[in-house]
Amino acid sequence: MTRPANAPDLLDYSRRWPLRLVLAAVGLFLYLPLLVLVVMSFNDSRQTTVWRGFSLRWYEKLAGNAELVAALGNSLLIAGLSTLLSLLLGTLAAIALWRFRFPGLGLVAAGFTLPIVVPEICMGVAMLIFFTRILPWPQDLGWPLALGPIVIAHVAFIFPFVAVVVRARLQSFNREAEEAARDLGAGPWRALVDIVLPHLKPSLIAGALLAFTLSLDDFVITFFTAGPDTITFPVKVYSMVRFGVTPEVNAISTVLLLLTVLLTAVALRVQAIAGERLAP
Amino acid sequence: MDNRVDWHRAPGPFAAILGPPLAWFLLFFAVPLAVVLAMSFGTNVGVADIAISGTFANHARTLEPVYLGIFLKSFAIAGAATLLCLVLGFPLALVVAFATPRARTLLLVAIMLPFWTNLLIRTYALMTVLRDGGLVNSALETLGVGPLPLLYNNFAVILGLVYIHLPFMVLPIAASLERLDRSLVEASLDLGASHLGTVLRIILPLAAPGIMAGLLLTFIPALGSYLTPDLMGGPDSQMIANVIERQFKRANDWPFGAALAVLLVNLTLFALALQGLLRRLEPSP
Repeated sequence: MTRPANAPDLLDYSRRWPLRLVLAAVGLFLYLPLLVLVVMSFNDSRQTTVWRGFSLRWYEKLAGNAELVAALGNSLLIAGLSTLLSLLLGTLAAIALWRFRFPGLGLVAAGFTLPIVVPEICMGVAMLIFFTRILPWPQDLGWPLALGPIVIAHVAFIFPFVAVVVRARLQSFNREAEEAARDLGAGPWRALVDIVLPHLKPSLIAGALLAFTLSLDDFVITFFTAGPDTITFPVKVYSMVRFGVTPEVNAISTVLLLLTVLLTAVALRVQAIAGERLAP
Repeated sequence: MDNRVDWHRAPGPFAAILGPPLAWFLLFFAVPLAVVLAMSFGTNVGVADIAISGTFANHARTLEPVYLGIFLKSFAIAGAATLLCLVLGFPLALVVAFATPRARTLLLVAIMLPFWTNLLIRTYALMTVLRDGGLVNSALETLGVGPLPLLYNNFAVILGLVYIHLPFMVLPIAASLERLDRSLVEASLDLGASHLGTVLRIILPLAAPGIMAGLLLTFIPALGSYLTPDLMGGPDSQMIANVIERQFKRANDWPFGAALAVLLVNLTLFALALQGLLRRLEPSP
């Protein structure tokens, strides 16, 4: 795209004061609460509003809160398993819709987008009914099998997101590369693994990050699917927030915020590397 | 364009590739939702049993004034939050779309970062600054206004929904602004139109598809939101999702809860169909 030399200045709306004002206001709105949260996690007081000096006591208390740590462990395990399964199913779904012509193609494609749009609360109650009436999950399986229904429910709503991401990437795939591999004697599976999958790599990483975040973030579906003895991180934080404020929530939130920032940095780095490879 | 392979030519690989995701989708999504639909035509028998009796009583009950009122309130709250997102999000998208590539990446990350953060944590963070004695009310008191009731009311729910859904509005609008023909904007400015006039008469109409997508992407999750009204709302800011939850957990009236859930799914699908229709009516460029 060619642009006149003066265009960037003329159209760079970030230089105009009314927009700068909106930008500053939204920035404050989005980040001030998170900033307060982080600062108050180092506060030497039960009060979450008045600063009483620096302290790490809430982090120490956090490490001693076995239930919260176990809940976080559960959530990370659920997120890990859900990510692996969603990545597999989402990629298969994307390849199937891209590769094959079959009766009902449009219907299946539309069906796979439904879990993305159906409200979480409806999926939550559907899972609750399903796992109590249709496929009763045994209550005495113990950890980690008790997490099964949550993982199943998470994969059901997350793999379509992965499929969307992978399908978008498949659009840019050059079919001739695969055909060349086939001409050179590669079987269909070999061509898929050696030619198509490497092309999909950036979308697989993006899809994995999205899947992990969605799973770790989910409260509503987990809330309805979890058995009485299963506590996940969002469910635990929910009850802590609901029944009184404790600075421990600030501390664990800060830890998770840090994790998010790190993951985002990794994702950006990966994207930048993939971008360089695409445009040599 | 369509260079798909007919499945008859490779039935084995076809079944191996489509089978697992389709089975998962049918067993763990389609069946559970079908059961919800079936249960919405059921009646409570005794304490724990539900008979699928084919009654329409549950669906009729969703139209009682109490529940109709809650549906209307949910629409109003989600609508207000969506409009507020548009008012804040459009200028933001404008800045993002026309920024230098480096600034654009930075801005997009800044907008997306809260989105990648746990929903509960974001809600909790917003509650911390809004509560009595929180940062905002302390500042207001210093200025001589307040303390104002900023939490546990409808205002708080709308603010919370805006806080959570703003990226859903900004991203599609920014994407459609990035695609628009800049020469039209430049022509308008060269011919002497003001920036405001150009935005209103050239940019806004051209960004209509993106705005439409943003409105939908914000409104649908906002309409079905559970956590924000539950944590930030007052006694009279319950939305549909909260009423559904109550039927399943406390009131223990699953058939009625199922009927409400069916209605919410239908409303969502209706909104999507409406958007599809609008997109088809739009003259293609």
